Amino acid sequence: MAYLPFLDRSHTIAKPGFNRWMVPPAALCIHLCIGQAYAFSVFNLPMSKLLGITQSTPDDWKLTDLGWIFSIAIFVLGFSAAIFGRWVEEGGPRQAMFTAALCWAGGFVISAFGVYVHNLWIVYLGYGLIGGCGLGLGYISPVSTLIKWFPDRPGMATGMAIMGFGGAAFIASPLSVWLMSKFTTPTHIGVQETFLVMGAVYFVFMIVGAFLVRVPAPGWKPEGYTPPVQASKLITTSDVYVYDALKTPQFWCIWIVLCVNVTAGIGVLGQASAMSQEMFPGRITPVAAAGFVGLASLFNMLGRFFWASTSDYIGRKNTYFCFMVLGFILYCSVPYMGTTGNIVGFVVCFLVIYTMYGGGFATVPAYLKDMFGTRYVGAIHGLLITAWSMAGIFGPVLVNYIRQYNIDHGVPKADAYNVTMYIMAGLFIIGFIANALIKAVNQKFHMHPDHEALKGQVAVDAAGEPAGA
Amino acid sequence: MANSNQQTGTTGLQLALAWLWVGIPLVWGVYQTLLNAMKLFQ
Repeated sequence: MAYLPFLDRSHTIAKPGFNRWMVPPAALCIHLCIGQAYAFSVFNLPMSKLLGITQSTPDDWKLTDLGWIFSIAIFVLGFSAAIFGRWVEEGGPRQAMFTAALCWAGGFVISAFGVYVHNLWIVYLGYGLIGGCGLGLGYISPVSTLIKWFPDRPGMATGMAIMGFGGAAFIASPLSVWLMSKFTTPTHIGVQETFLVMGAVYFVFMIVGAFLVRVPAPGWKPEGYTPPVQASKLITTSDVYVYDALKTPQFWCIWIVLCVNVTAGIGVLGQASAMSQEMFPGRITPVAAAGFVGLASLFNMLGRFFWASTSDYIGRKNTYFCFMVLGFILYCSVPYMGTTGNIVGFVVCFLVIYTMYGGGFATVPAYLKDMFGTRYVGAIHGLLITAWSMAGIFGPVLVNYIRQYNIDHGVPKADAYNVTMYIMAGLFIIGFIANALIKAVNQKFHMHPDHEALKGQVAVDAAGEPAGA
Repeated sequence: MANSNQQTGTTGLQLALAWLWVGIPLVWGVYQTLLNAMKLFQ
């Protein structure tokens, strides 16, 4: 039973005639809001001058301290998705989306108060902890619902939603700048008002998504779709219980593959502007570098839809083989592009890498569905997101620290990234091996009718709630 | 089993409104990003 009756799974079962294409916009309502996290850095500079207004004073917050807001939010994202994944799966998407909206909008309101009283700990609590829970719940909430509505195209369906997460920064970044410009006066920087407005806008937007979403009735299938009678080698028709998935080598192989893919992408994505200028000094200006970052974000978003949709045709395992092989070749090519001064080649290499970075996120829910079935795919996805949290540490560390080490040891700035590129390429070999090791899950992990989780579900069903699947 | 692709329950207008609700902000954001990205080629 949900904490509000209208959030119950039983209230979200689609009636006959409901069009399944209503569900992707519902998912996008959530992901287009929570993806704002990628654009949080636009607040860092204004928040470092809240007291001094024109320049930072000693009592103002430091940029290094402000950087923790985003880091805490991403860390909490991974762990809240892992902890609450089963609750999200069993409670239904509307309850999860509604809760995500409360947390996400509430995080903004609390942060606005933190800015008002100039207490950074309140901002950590608001945006980092409570907003981070909204991020985690919101990120996984529509995944299994989309997979159930689109059993014929699960990659495309989840790719669409996760594309929204990648695209959200495009909206949030200019919107935040515009709002701050409206609320800023010569004696005041309008961060707190911007937080309040954004919290209200995101709440409305996410609530619309929560009320649009529906789950299919038990036994529903798309018109003309015939489910495979016998499971193919790498696509199961059985389900694996969420915590049993952790006992399978397949889960950990996919975890490694995702971690490698994200580590390789996230490090260079954060450093794209500086890296492009340092590798081509005098030829790529700061303005052009900003354009490169924008283009990279666009390819990151498009890759989410492209690769996830492609995986419906070539298979998930082959899609990740593409990422690993192409990634290896492209990362090995980048130093050559730098030494030969080939800017076009450099830009093309990284744009393809960014499509694969986004594609890795977007294709993984369908990979999990293939391995572990649809019943607990959202919860298992939640557990897997911890790979993202880890990669968020590995990636920037690899890029930034190795660059600094090289510079400290007399390597010219233009060549300081070469070692990192070869290390990234090496990581793809590990990812390739992990992906190659993925076989069908052993049948002993499949849920049987006497599984404890199913017994509990039968009791719930008898009380009027439909089964989770 | 009833099929959700029949249009009796969800109208075309509802579907269009749902997609416009998310599509308009997304297209606006992509347009703003493309404007920024053009600086790479200037």
